[in-house]
Amino acid sequence: MQLKRSSPTRYRFFSVIGFFIADMSLIATPQSMSFEAALPLQSGASIRGYSLSYETYGTLNADKSNAVLICHALNASHHVAGVYADQPNNVGWWDNMIGPGKPLDTDRFFVIGVNNLGSCFGSTGPMHTNPDTGRIYGADFPVVTVEDWVNAQARLLDALGIEQLAAVMGGSLGGMQALSWTLQYPERMKHAVVVASAPNLNAENIAFNEVARRAIVTDPDFHNGHFYEHGVVPKRGLRIARMIGHITYLSDDVMNEKFGRELRSAVNSVTGYKYSTQEVEFQIESYLRYQGDKFSEYFDANTYLLITRALDYFDPARAFGGDLSKALERAICKFLLVSFTTDWRFSPARSREIVKGLIDNRRDVSYAEIDAPHGHDAFLLDDERYMNVVRAYFAQIANSLGGAA
Amino acid sequence: MSDPLIMQAIARLVPNGARVLDLGCGDGALLAYLQEHNGCTGYGVELDDANVLACAQRGVNVLQLNLDQGLKVFADQSFDVVLQIDTLQHLRNAEVMLRETARVGKIGIVAFPNFGHWFNRLSVLRGRMPVTKRLPYQWYDTPNIRVGTYADFADLARKNQLQVLDSFGLQHGQEVRLLPNLMAGTAVFKLQRR
Repeated sequence: MQLKRSSPTRYRFFSVIGFFIADMSLIATPQSMSFEAALPLQSGASIRGYSLSYETYGTLNADKSNAVLICHALNASHHVAGVYADQPNNVGWWDNMIGPGKPLDTDRFFVIGVNNLGSCFGSTGPMHTNPDTGRIYGADFPVVTVEDWVNAQARLLDALGIEQLAAVMGGSLGGMQALSWTLQYPERMKHAVVVASAPNLNAENIAFNEVARRAIVTDPDFHNGHFYEHGVVPKRGLRIARMIGHITYLSDDVMNEKFGRELRSAVNSVTGYKYSTQEVEFQIESYLRYQGDKFSEYFDANTYLLITRALDYFDPARAFGGDLSKALERAICKFLLVSFTTDWRFSPARSREIVKGLIDNRRDVSYAEIDAPHGHDAFLLDDERYMNVVRAYFAQIANSLGGAA
Repeated sequence: MSDPLIMQAIARLVPNGARVLDLGCGDGALLAYLQEHNGCTGYGVELDDANVLACAQRGVNVLQLNLDQGLKVFADQSFDVVLQIDTLQHLRNAEVMLRETARVGKIGIVAFPNFGHWFNRLSVLRGRMPVTKRLPYQWYDTPNIRVGTYADFADLARKNQLQVLDSFGLQHGQEVRLLPNLMAGTAVFKLQRR
């Protein structure tokens, strides 16, 4: 779920600043780890011969106690912070949060960003070849769940020789992974930082995902998920999926403030309207079309289906008759939860459900409900209160490590 | 209320090792004190952003919730002690919160500015709302929307079938047990459900 871009000039200004800071401090190097052994999946299927892309920042301390795992959401990757040496404008998606001197300070923590299975940013996904058939996976890529991703991440940590994490952190779908970590590997982590997330998706949220999926699947260029061999991309479906997504990541107020009813180019009539049903008339239309076009250029249609399904399926309380408090009994780490008041896709009420479940189990939990205007996107933006609470929480963790870095 | 004498006076009412919920915990100083000196665990509830941050910096568990929306996230009798220290006077739903405090906690401890203090009475007698070190606001900008006395609160507790286990005044950090409604700037009640 991507940062909303401001006007081109402002964007350029910030990217120049961002580049300057990043260039001063953090050069990221993408790495890849191959796994031959089959990973059993929740569905009963398995996947073998896959690879995971990841990046690390900072230095693992001598007793390997300062590692923090970052889990990504829908439209993100292992490129969490910094820039690439040969791509100075390619800034990590959580670079405002993570880096030297930032709230999650890479001078004190060893931070790992990992790209999930099924993604389209480096780790094995539907566009890669299935070693069992020699064909591109396409729609045959196995359905992966949040739990499967966490298992895959745990294998990566095994390979990196990290037994216990200082923290797992994520926002939105990434927050679901952080929460799932506390249930699947409670002994392997000391803290969970869960931002703008939920214990499951409600019906409205699944509905948005389903509309996006139908847009993709009914695109004639989708070819039942095997569009790669036809040399086409279901761009129409991806565009519409992205447009819907974008609407839900923003708040009504921010959209009105940014676009209102402003026309893209008023014509010389009394109202300024073109009186056309198909041309771009309002600025918001132009913005959504632009976002959709951009997204359809780089995102994979099968990945979109897989990731939205993983969102839909996540429901740790399900095995406990819907009792989240029972489900959270297994979690023993300390928690920080953050939500944003104008986020209606992952509303504060959903975070409070998790808080309640943890309180019922007498777990250590802090919860910040940030009164930010930006909707769900707020978790990627610079709100001082949000940044400061996360900074304070990680400072406490760092102090508990005994100053080791 | 981060005056060390007042904190100590409140802390004396809290059993060692108690599970504590501090409603309107401010910067978390009292909770940190109780953790350190009384071996307590628990959470603070706070609405103000700066206070939430101060709690996070201290490393006490803080939950950013609006008390005017109730205590839904807390189960019945799930805390040994629920504190309402200088909180009651800010609440729209002060009576509901008092009942909620007794629902969630085995013991409730409530402290608030006593408008029955002789100095405040004198001020009103002169025709002026009191402005003191304890009540530094003017009538038009005060966050203290519930203006009550030690004696008023005793009535409210009775009305809600709450048993007063102990009650006294605090003045300059000292317990006032003689004529507290007249002699103390702060009223303290220790309560439980009948």
